[in-house]
Amino acid sequence: MTRWPEVFDLAVVGGGNAALCAAITAAEAGAKVLILEGAPLAYRGGNSRHTRNFRCMHRGPMFPLTGAYEEEEYFNDLLLVTKGKTDEHLARMVIRASEECLPWMQSHGVRFQPSLSGTLSLSRTNAFFLGGGKALVNAYYRTAADLGIAIAYEAQVIHVHRDGDRITHLETEIAGQPTTVRARAFVLASGGFQADLDWLARAWGPAARNFLIRGTPYNRGVVLRDMLDQGAESVGDPTQCHAVAIDGRAPKYDGGIVTRLDCVPFSIVVNRDGDRFYDEGEDVWPKRYAIWGRLVAAQPDQVGYAIIDHKSIDLFMPSVFPPVKADTIEGLATQMGLDPTALRRTVDGFNAACQPGPFHPTELDGLRTQGLNVPKTNWARPIDTAPFYGYQLRPGVTFTYLGLKVDTRAQVHAAEGPIRNLWAAGEIMAGSILGQGYLAGFGMTIGTVFGRIAGQEAAAHVA
Amino acid sequence: MSLDMPPKIAPQAEARRQMEICNACRYCEGFCAVFPAMTRQKAFADGDLTHLANLCHNCRGCYYACQYTEPHEFALNIPAALAEVRADSWERLARPRALARLFQTHGTAMAALAVVALAFFFWALAALRPAEGAGFYAHLAHNTMIAIFIPAFLAPLALIALSLRDYWHEVGGGRIRLSHLFQALHAAARMKNLSGGHGEGCNFEDADRFSDRRRQFHHLMMYGFLLCFASTASGTVMHYAFAWEAPYPLWSPPKLLGIPGGLMMVAGAAGLAWLKTKADPALGAARVWGGEMAFILLLGSVALTGLALYAATGTGLVGPLLAIHLATVLVLFLLMPFSKMVHGFYRLAALVAEAGKPAPAGGGE
Repeated sequence: MTRWPEVFDLAVVGGGNAALCAAITAAEAGAKVLILEGAPLAYRGGNSRHTRNFRCMHRGPMFPLTGAYEEEEYFNDLLLVTKGKTDEHLARMVIRASEECLPWMQSHGVRFQPSLSGTLSLSRTNAFFLGGGKALVNAYYRTAADLGIAIAYEAQVIHVHRDGDRITHLETEIAGQPTTVRARAFVLASGGFQADLDWLARAWGPAARNFLIRGTPYNRGVVLRDMLDQGAESVGDPTQCHAVAIDGRAPKYDGGIVTRLDCVPFSIVVNRDGDRFYDEGEDVWPKRYAIWGRLVAAQPDQVGYAIIDHKSIDLFMPSVFPPVKADTIEGLATQMGLDPTALRRTVDGFNAACQPGPFHPTELDGLRTQGLNVPKTNWARPIDTAPFYGYQLRPGVTFTYLGLKVDTRAQVHAAEGPIRNLWAAGEIMAGSILGQGYLAGFGMTIGTVFGRIAGQEAAAHVA
Repeated sequence: MSLDMPPKIAPQAEARRQMEICNACRYCEGFCAVFPAMTRQKAFADGDLTHLANLCHNCRGCYYACQYTEPHEFALNIPAALAEVRADSWERLARPRALARLFQTHGTAMAALAVVALAFFFWALAALRPAEGAGFYAHLAHNTMIAIFIPAFLAPLALIALSLRDYWHEVGGGRIRLSHLFQALHAAARMKNLSGGHGEGCNFEDADRFSDRRRQFHHLMMYGFLLCFASTASGTVMHYAFAWEAPYPLWSPPKLLGIPGGLMMVAGAAGLAWLKTKADPALGAARVWGGEMAFILLLGSVALTGLALYAATGTGLVGPLLAIHLATVLVLFLLMPFSKMVHGFYRLAALVAEAGKPAPAGGGE
């Protein structure tokens, strides 16, 4: 085991948004900072590189946001998605702090763009990064380099060494070389455990091995596990993860945004046996895509098949892989590995249940089936116009909920009290606030707010 | 070609593969005109790709912001993919194509042509020396120069016009309205598509750090070139309309336009060449690097030799400098359809075509 020659004021474990916000804040307060990023440079930034926007409270128009989005409305939106599984005090603190984050982000190199095509519904609540999350991550790394922050890539933290109420050092492997890293303060911002399929399988069941991981393969929860094993207080349901239905042909890891499929509301979705299992038209897709991960996960082999016809092919965002295409339902079934007779029976049954009426793809049109055990309550048009198209759906895991419990100062606690020189930020503690569901852009808000708090606290601790 | 190179696929096929992935993401829609234009279609015909490629100014912002660059299995490199399609379109639409392929790719070919032109002018100066004339007209008569340069200027322009007609057809350009021209000129005059969408410029010479240098040097080059062109045009007007023949004094339109223009071009060429040596060739069409570099140096040489010629007024150097200057100008004119010089025509055409297309409907998460 070699020793990193320097003793840092602050060692930050992780290299995504929260880690960078903590490191930059502490360095600006005068601390000597080291960032330990587990990924190689090309994949730095954790799940932040897949993000796109930041949910921000504001009392009036504030570039790039329109109108106003005040604390109560923001908090109510959070209550709605979490169904109350949140810590109101922490949540309101994050919401209030988000407003001053926006100018801070800009002064540290992040650039925003006005909401353009298709995202206008979010132009009031969410600030979009110009170029997306990787551009944000790059901006913060440039800022970090300019501040003289040391950055180690391929730096896996194996063990956080705790001595009573203090952390003394980290046992790491940097580019394969076992290395001890010493510092006076530590911030853990190393994400959740969603890339560890064994852990997911233990929590969820063996079906989890068929899940796709939408984000980085580097969030394996090693540090989270290590801290929990050492008695750190936890928060969040250990068995749950946030999963959406994505293109079944996506890469196992890191498929990111392009693997989304927006076709479900205009389709019928069948399982391996060719049967429908849920109302595809229950609500508009932005309000439903998150439940479909779970729905597909509950089907045999954790797979679903969305079937549409020629009428609907241009009604949704393009998919990253072209759909399977056939002139007959039977042909489509064969190509997708489904039983042609079963799919034909399901389509015929569905088509017979469709009713005439006006179809409006952009609003709840009430065009519903009649007499089906599994109804479709909007956009129910017969699947009858060749060519027919099919997409395979699989659950794509975005993040996990289990995390470290922190207080308003981002401090990590053990049963006997706070660990004096340890703070946490980002996904590793987000379960404190986001106990269930997801609110677009809120993960980046938690990461930015708590990253900055952790950086401030750590810098004050060593000052 | 080494044995471990993958088989070459058409630039359009690779660009199509990449744009289909890109179009499912759209995080980059704020950088430049390419991405909003991309959202118009789900499937990309060759003409769509030609259009997008000529809208792309190779600012590289999208490359550094991309989640899907190598080592990711999607292996996106949009600036390079579009640069290949762009270079291919300029070669394909040029006539004769073989000349474009030669001069786009090989800087040495351009240098060889310059040597030929130089030899020609040394011969012309020796053999066609006029009996009378002032300034450089003492070395080569005005009418002789006109006889050489008018065809050398107009014939390439005619070829470019034919290529642009084919281009317009290929990209599905519509009827041109005055407002489309204004929009295109407005974007070109400010090099809007090199602004990065936030006004801080490109990711060209220093990885993902933004810099406005490329835009600034390009402005120097472009406006310097336009001033020099205006200088020549003013000389023509003075010659024919006012019978006021060269040499012109310092306080005359040709000199007042030409000297600053020449200085700007020299500075612009030096800057652009310097940036090009620092930029990652893998984010452009690497095979045309030599031709592009030679083109920058040629523009710089035209300006530098023009300034030198003026500085040498009244000395014995006027003769040889005149030959060198005229040779560089001749090469520049002759290679307009076959060198990077066409980029100005195609880019402007792309901006006009884009202004005339329906506003992208878009979509996004």
